Amino acid sequence: MNQPERVYFFGTCLIDLLYPKAGLAGMALIEREGVKVIYPANQGCCGQPAFNSGYRQEALAVARAQLNCFPKEYPIVVPSGSCAGMVKHHWPELFAGEPDESQAIAAAQRTYELTEFLVDVLALQLNDLGQPTKIAIHTSCSARREMGVADRIDSLIAQLSNVEVMDHSHKTECCGFGGTFSVKQPDISGAMVEAKCNALLASGADTVISQDCGCLMNIGGALEHQQHALPTQHVAEFLLQRTSGESE
Amino acid sequence: MNQYQAFYKRIDKALHNDQLRRNFRSAMDGIRQRRLAQFPDKQELQILRYRAKAIRNKSLSRQAELLERLEAKLTENGIQVHWAETPLQANGLIHKILEAEQATSVVKGKSMVSEETDLNHYLEQRGIEVIESDLGEYILQMAQEPPSHIIVPAIHKNRFEVAELFQKFHPEQPHTDDVDELTGCARQVLRKKFAYADAGISGVNFAVAETGTLCLVENEGNGRLSTTAPRIHIAITGIEKVVENLSDVPPLLEILTKSATGQPITTYFNMISRPRQPGEKDGPEQVHLVLLDNGRSRIRSDEELVDTLRCIRCGSCMNHCPVYVHVGGHAYGTTYPGPIGILLEPQRLGIDKVGSLTSACTLCGACGEVCPVRIPLPKLINRLRADAVNAKPSEKGVPGTGALRSRSEAVIWKLWQSIYATPLLYRGFKFLATRLRRIKPPLAAGWRRYRPIPTPAPRSLGELARQQGYEDE
Ligand code: SF4
Repeated sequence: MNQPERVYFFGTCLIDLLYPKAGLAGMALIEREGVKVIYPANQGCCGQPAFNSGYRQEALAVARAQLNCFPKEYPIVVPSGSCAGMVKHHWPELFAGEPDESQAIAAAQRTYELTEFLVDVLALQLNDLGQPTKIAIHTSCSARREMGVADRIDSLIAQLSNVEVMDHSHKTECCGFGGTFSVKQPDISGAMVEAKCNALLASGADTVISQDCGCLMNIGGALEHQQHALPTQHVAEFLLQRTSGESE
Repeated sequence: MNQYQAFYKRIDKALHNDQLRRNFRSAMDGIRQRRLAQFPDKQELQILRYRAKAIRNKSLSRQAELLERLEAKLTENGIQVHWAETPLQANGLIHKILEAEQATSVVKGKSMVSEETDLNHYLEQRGIEVIESDLGEYILQMAQEPPSHIIVPAIHKNRFEVAELFQKFHPEQPHTDDVDELTGCARQVLRKKFAYADAGISGVNFAVAETGTLCLVENEGNGRLSTTAPRIHIAITGIEKVVENLSDVPPLLEILTKSATGQPITTYFNMISRPRQPGEKDGPEQVHLVLLDNGRSRIRSDEELVDTLRCIRCGSCMNHCPVYVHVGGHAYGTTYPGPIGILLEPQRLGIDKVGSLTSACTLCGACGEVCPVRIPLPKLINRLRADAVNAKPSEKGVPGTGALRSRSEAVIWKLWQSIYATPLLYRGFKFLATRLRRIKPPLAAGWRRYRPIPTPAPRSLGELARQQGYEDE
């Protein structure tokens, strides 16, 4: 795909309410490349929480409300692997047999996870202006397996000359968020996130970076709960900070 | 106690057993590494997986015809075929065969289908001695525990725990916690059993219709002894195990052993085609095959869930499951644990009985990524979640459909829908949430045990985007 003139930005409900800075950073990164970002005011949630809890009618109603926010042919960029995965892979399933099925499929086909868009479409070049730092990258399972774009975050970070990426054990293993899983199976979720936190703490990183705010809410929350001073940050914010010379 | 409470209790027990969790972690890490080493070429792996999937699909789509051919060919070969609808029928059939031959002692090779029917207890209650001859199963028989994994059934025990069991049950043997010595000890004990057992019972990995061949994959040679030393051999398997041609077997076998234990091939691969012929010096005089349905035909009738039956029982999905690795196989409380258990057991036993299993999945996709026959496990598990809370269950669906629908949960999702599908309401909700951000609703107690309730930002992205001049359309 050539560089488009305009894109839709689908901020996702989590970023909208909890991590707006990550959303703004993602939008700024795209605009910096000369692409106009449109943020439809009526957008909300992709429907994933209900869909993954078995409430498909409710999920469909919410997904449908989004579909109406993205009427034109512009690419839809989503700063989250799991929400992008929901639109790209599950909307066609969810809308199957519905009157607006073809619209949903069309939307799915032009949906990109943010790092995927930055690398594959914008071929983003980054110039690191930040101080030397060490980070660990947690790739969300949806970005890795559903979207198959796990390496995009790696290749973006690799362009940052002053950033050292620290390895951690069981890197590809789920952090235990899983949406409503963390509420329905809190103790398994707690055990999983504890293991994830321990691996990240042992990595020696100064910051944990991810492309999914669900994972960050889970990991960051658990680190806070355990009173560890290891901050977490969405990749968009991190990239913008490193390349615009701002510091936190 | 409802099924959720019982499930939580088992999970709690597992999570508080540090030894158990260490055993699983190290065992699963090892087995993942070994599998990975078998597939150095990623593309080659994908080709193998597509091929295996195609073979299994072909077998399933023509199952009725293939089963008929299998029966005819086996009968021609002198193997007696029996059909069982339910576990109880299968057990009854096996007991009858044994009774007719006055068989009182049985050696068993590993068979998950016999676990499904709880065959050991059934026979023991009727005065028949049953000895498990697979080392792992033998350990569990001493410990009186069910398997915690479908391939490595005693994986939850480390060698010290195994040594203790041997000490207790075989005080005549010298105490050791050396793995090879323990295996030697088991061999000593079991060899004697093979010599005098009246019958051997085994599972089947592939039943070939074309030739009437029962294929059995194993590593210890106990399968071969169980199926050749006693005068009667009874094989038991699920009807989905039928494949058409002998040429279907090598691709399945290759991906099975590589995925399961990271072996290019197992130590033993048995192909059983008939009983002992006149003039032959060994082999059983009688060979029987019990073909069990136990819900499989119903599963097959569902266009989407039929994929469940592609399973070749490699165990890879549980080896890679981040939930399984933390809680182990017993926490599931069903014959089959892990992702395939979550998918299969509610279909087999009913959502009203074990539908809660579907909650023990983050939909991370690790299982679907490794499954050698490309079963879309996360997708199907999610489908079962929808069935579990379906407000309008139909007769034909998964048994117990709708059984986990709760009024309060349904109300929450309706409320969620009305907020998120109505832009005006959603904006109002965000306005309140951001302005009253310090007020934490006392929701989700389980979440709060491990993390705080997150604080909304002072302004939502929607508001900030407007302020910064981003266009609406
Ligand atoms: S579902 Fe797939 S990975 Fe799991 S046991 Fe069956 S074949 Fe193996």
